[in-house]
Amino acid sequence: MSVFLILVVAFLLIVTLVQLLRVSELLSKIKNQDVNEVSDNDNNTQGWLFLVIGFGFIAFVIWQMVNWSHLLLPPAASEHGVQIDGLMNISMTLILVVFFVLSPMLFIFAYKYRGKKSRKAYFFSHNNKLEVIWTVAPTIVLTALIIYGLKTWDRAMNVEVTKNTKIIEVYAKQFGWTARYSGEDNVLGDANFRLVRGPNVLGVDMLDPHAADDKITREVHLVVNKPVMLKFRSQDVIHSAYLPHFRVQMNCVPGIITQFGFTPNKTTKEMKEQEGDEFDYILLCNKICGGGHWNMGIKFIVETQEEYDAWYAKQETLGKQLLTLK
Amino acid sequence: MSGHHKENFITKYIFSMDHKMIAKQFLLTGMFMAIVGMLMSAIFRVQLANPGESSWLYSLLPSGWTNADTGALDPDKYLALVTMHGTILVFWVLTAALSGTFANFLIPLQIGARDMASGFINMLSYWFFFLATVILMYSVFYDDPETANIVEGPASGGWTIYPPLSALKDAIPGSGGGMTLWLLSITIFIVGSLLGGLNYIVTVLNLRTVGMSMKRLPLTVWGLLITAILGVLSFPVLLSCGLLLLFDRSFGTSFYLSDIIINGVALDYEGGSPILFEHLFWFLGHPEVYIILLPALSIVSEVISVNSRKPIFGYKAMVGALFVIAFLSFIVWGHHMFMTGMSPFLGSVFTFTTLLIAIPSAIKVFNYLATLWRANIRFTPAMLFAIGTVSAFITGGLTGIILGDSALDINVHDTYFVVGHFHIVMGLSAIYGMFAGVYHWFPKMYGRMMNKNLGYLHFWGTFICAYGVFFPMHFLGLAGLPRRYYSNEAFTMFEGLSDINSIITFFALAGAAVQALFLLNFFYSVFKGPRATQNPWKSNTLEWTTPVEPIHGNWPGDLPVVHRWAYDYSKPGSEEDFILQTEPLKEGEKEH
Repeated sequence: MSVFLILVVAFLLIVTLVQLLRVSELLSKIKNQDVNEVSDNDNNTQGWLFLVIGFGFIAFVIWQMVNWSHLLLPPAASEHGVQIDGLMNISMTLILVVFFVLSPMLFIFAYKYRGKKSRKAYFFSHNNKLEVIWTVAPTIVLTALIIYGLKTWDRAMNVEVTKNTKIIEVYAKQFGWTARYSGEDNVLGDANFRLVRGPNVLGVDMLDPHAADDKITREVHLVVNKPVMLKFRSQDVIHSAYLPHFRVQMNCVPGIITQFGFTPNKTTKEMKEQEGDEFDYILLCNKICGGGHWNMGIKFIVETQEEYDAWYAKQETLGKQLLTLK
Repeated sequence: MSGHHKENFITKYIFSMDHKMIAKQFLLTGMFMAIVGMLMSAIFRVQLANPGESSWLYSLLPSGWTNADTGALDPDKYLALVTMHGTILVFWVLTAALSGTFANFLIPLQIGARDMASGFINMLSYWFFFLATVILMYSVFYDDPETANIVEGPASGGWTIYPPLSALKDAIPGSGGGMTLWLLSITIFIVGSLLGGLNYIVTVLNLRTVGMSMKRLPLTVWGLLITAILGVLSFPVLLSCGLLLLFDRSFGTSFYLSDIIINGVALDYEGGSPILFEHLFWFLGHPEVYIILLPALSIVSEVISVNSRKPIFGYKAMVGALFVIAFLSFIVWGHHMFMTGMSPFLGSVFTFTTLLIAIPSAIKVFNYLATLWRANIRFTPAMLFAIGTVSAFITGGLTGIILGDSALDINVHDTYFVVGHFHIVMGLSAIYGMFAGVYHWFPKMYGRMMNKNLGYLHFWGTFICAYGVFFPMHFLGLAGLPRRYYSNEAFTMFEGLSDINSIITFFALAGAAVQALFLLNFFYSVFKGPRATQNPWKSNTLEWTTPVEPIHGNWPGDLPVVHRWAYDYSKPGSEEDFILQTEPLKEGEKEH
């Protein structure tokens, strides 16, 4: 019924508009002017509208920046993330400055140079000096940005794995995540998708001597200020492991092992104090993977060494898990 | 008129070989598809504002797309809508309809040719496109009767159709027959697009009239030519990319697939790589962005110049910028793949090439501004949309500097920040450019005028609503919200975002409603609009020297001869503020 009513209203609206169109055309015929001729009056109105609505848009942008800034992600909770935030602040400032110069300029030009029949435009087809300036200026700025960006990228991606680096696997499937700790030897046991069966949900090869001490968990606990290397696998389609608070993201691709190394530098507790009690680090799926894509997360907890040790001791090794079941 | 036979209804309106009629066919098909694509976005915006609730808009959907008990949109079908919206807008509207309309319409008219190099191939190009359209629309309603408990629907793996999601029918319902139809449709689409593109290139290179040197080409033709070259070089790669996917899906090959368990069954595929697909896809996918953008920007160059009553500033730099953008667009595709685990060094190279594109883009913006400076602007609806394009190009282009920087992309990749960026820089710029083109050349297409005041209303409604939709998305992205989420209610970290989502949906629905003004204006004016004069905008280019009532062959007598470039507006020493390209130079007059 509601659909029918909406259709009726829409139809009536169209009829009204068509009639208005006709009336305006007839009126202009009577007055002996062309309804579609752009008059000085029109130029005036439209020029003003560019000024008013254009600046309205710029005000809307500022309004959003003021009112929604508290919704944005908090400052990075990882070492490389702090550098990324630094680059982000500089890039953002730069593009905002350019935006707040060029957009008003466009709207002001539209207003200021609104046409009059009595006037003629200024014939100005090119100017080499100007053109060189506005080619060279962005080139210099971009060169600086590129160099800064590449340095940050290099530091974020080329992480050395040392003895201290904890190796943890994060395994994706439709629609959930599983983690595997590499155990005392800090080496993940080999895995193969053909070995996925029953409780061996990650297909770990139990004949590999590195496998028995691995631990499978449903949460990921990290020690604050200790480097970690996440290794990603996927069981079915492409997923993407996205840890927004740490500025970490990497695709999980079936058939390939990908990785991302970082060092968290704020505990969950610290973050709760800063952001409110509901805060938790979370890993989200950020690559379209099917109907459950929107509801696919795993909790990360950053804590002190003692807290971590206590938690880790409670987790069962894979050897024990699979052996007990046998 | 020599050489053209008498036409009947079928050869004139359906299987027409006249470039002007084919352009209108592309335009009308594109408008139909744009409505479909826009309605789809309206529907999924309603779900995002009121997740899990029912809505009367859902009654537009095929049966079985909503939950039988709650009336809520099915999550798989949400992805189907997102996928089809992207496919339709990117390929059907902004690639085929934009180039198909304006390349067909303007190239022969603006270079002084009777028609395209091959009218027959041109006609084929449209009919391949039409067939692709029919198949794509059929796929929306596709359902395999053997799978009784689920409705399969169309392709649902995103418009980028990454395998394995798009390759395995057990991964998502839409990857069954719907996906096969998608691939079939896009294959036929590519054939049509290549036939069109080759024709455009050959026509521009060979059929220019006497005096129309490349240096005198209007920027519209330059833009459409370079777009056609991009298409001819990149679409074949998408074709091969799609064919290999078809092989994987139907014949058991493993180009893109390896080590997969789906529904608890380990599959036999081994040794393939989904990343290979991404490389092939984006080798088309990035030039594609410019296939969409360049025609719009070149339409805008023309419209701004005509209505500023000033020559376009820096003509040579504008052409140069087009070439540089086109060249760079082939070596930046990796910026869509920074997070695939590709070598960080390779990522560095792609960051470098990507950020370079900002330079020619900046030149174009500065040149537009310089054209407006000390102009005598006449605000036709086309001019409003042209200025809107420049605004969107500034707003959306700048955020590209964030996304193109691999280090920053780590945290905004695949979030709503990306959605906001490309909808503004590519979507809005291109669709505004297309509207500018339609308003500007409507009198040439139909011999009648569109209503000016409705055009004004249409522009301001669209301008306000579009920024209301897409600007807030940047904030969603910076809050960490991934794109293509059916709902953001699953995680507490997104709790504060529901207001923004409601605002976006409000503007999306209002913006969609405003488009009715355009449709009304368009169809009313086709039949009832006041008659146009021969050169209503006092333009310099050749299309305005043809008779008001279009004829097959374009000019009744000899082809016009060109004596000057297209931008002699308000030239000192001339009484009128425009000089037709056919007007010989006066004694002692310099060309620019």
